[in-house]
Amino acid sequence: MKAIICAGTPTSGKTTVLKHVISKLKKKGHRSAFLKIDVQYADEDTLFKEEFGIPTRKVYSGELCPDHCNVMVLGDAIEWAEKEGADFLIVETAGLCLRCSPYIEGSLGIVVLEATSGMNLPRKVGPMLSLADIAVVTKIDLISQAEREVFRARVLEAAPEISIAETDALHGIGIDPIVEQFCKSESVNYPLYLRGNPPVGTCTICVGKKEIGWKQHFGVVRPLENQNFYRGE
Amino acid sequence: MIEQISIIGGFGKNGQPEPVKRVDFKMGDVISIVGQTGSGKTTLIDDIELFANENTPSGRKILINGEAPESRFSNNVSNHPIALITQHTNFLSDMQVYKFLLTHASIRGSKDPSAIVEETIDFANQLTGEAIDLNYAMTELSGGQTRALLIADAVIIGNSPIILLDEIENAGIHRTRALDLLKRYEKIFIFVTHDPRIALLSDCRIVMKNGSMNDVITTGVEERKVVEVIKELDDLLLDFRMHIRNGSVLTEKIFEDRLKSVKCLNN
Repeated sequence: MKAIICAGTPTSGKTTVLKHVISKLKKKGHRSAFLKIDVQYADEDTLFKEEFGIPTRKVYSGELCPDHCNVMVLGDAIEWAEKEGADFLIVETAGLCLRCSPYIEGSLGIVVLEATSGMNLPRKVGPMLSLADIAVVTKIDLISQAEREVFRARVLEAAPEISIAETDALHGIGIDPIVEQFCKSESVNYPLYLRGNPPVGTCTICVGKKEIGWKQHFGVVRPLENQNFYRGE
Repeated sequence: MIEQISIIGGFGKNGQPEPVKRVDFKMGDVISIVGQTGSGKTTLIDDIELFANENTPSGRKILINGEAPESRFSNNVSNHPIALITQHTNFLSDMQVYKFLLTHASIRGSKDPSAIVEETIDFANQLTGEAIDLNYAMTELSGGQTRALLIADAVIIGNSPIILLDEIENAGIHRTRALDLLKRYEKIFIFVTHDPRIALLSDCRIVMKNGSMNDVITTGVEERKVVEVIKELDDLLLDFRMHIRNGSVLTEKIFEDRLKSVKCLNN
């Protein structure tokens, strides 16, 4: 079985891309299982179950960061999908904080970026893009070709080795190359490791201290004027 | 090098084979696509833009130099030899015009980006009413300015060999000047148009009907004469439009004097 992680900012079109991919995988005779990780609302599990009749699960990360949640639940999810007899476990995750990369070493990692979100987006999303294998650029029908070129160049600047799939996912255009890469990708290979390092440690905000200003906190703290993190009292 | 592009006919809306089986265009050709609303004009240029290979609803096939296009065209948008500019194509980036064009020129590997940007702006400004301010954000440009800049960028910075323009007459750019300017560049231009002037200034036109390419008409000697008259009439209306745009009052005297200057109306 292959485990494929798909990340991307909210409304970038992850679900629409995956919908077309799952439909095409099904036509090729492959069985997919789907896991959605989100913070507080998601209905993709019901949608995909109804539309494709595939096994689906959903996890709300709630108080936990969705990427941390991903690391926690992924081991169980892979076992679940294998029991379901799936050829592909497709995990859709919110990847909200833009510091983590939710991808697994050796398995395919996909980031979905919307072309309409501005030329600087590829410079802003960090490891979610730089550690991915494929950047799926959505909504290309809404911007000029010139902007598409600049956007593409910026993606390659952040992730020189990445393969780029430009899509108009709403109309199902540009999906085939993604499906091809799904099929070519490596199977799950234990032990499973997260690709890249999660951001440093815990601070007192993480555990629920609400006072504003670094003087109120300890652990990893930082004032406005100092660009370096340091350990406070 | 692209020398020729061909459209191999597929099927119309009712599933019948298209009357036109094959059309070939070579570098330097200006082609129009005409037909009623809903006749399939936009679908045809979408097929061209996507390099349809019997994989679109029309079942058409697009050939470059007589063969199915190489995949490198579709893998990187910078290698894509076709630029499509529609009535809806817009800039969404709020980068400054100058900075954006410079970035685009550098991506295209230009040796002298600032010179090519100047040429682009110069081209665009010949098509628009009001000159484009280089310090403007691209999103601040008017509809006409946007369309003019898109065309200029595709022709000069993008240097796309094939340029598809969907109903640009509605964008408020100077049509005759656009055609004159475009003809100086050795490219294939394909216009979707309702404008008799653009259609008759083209080398030929594809007539769409019910989703099919119904006919290909080459502009003949007679039509080339007629278009000169249409130009005069069109310029007359453009003059009145300019007059009103500039805030003047169109008096009966101005109106009649202008009519008198139109040769074709006074023979």
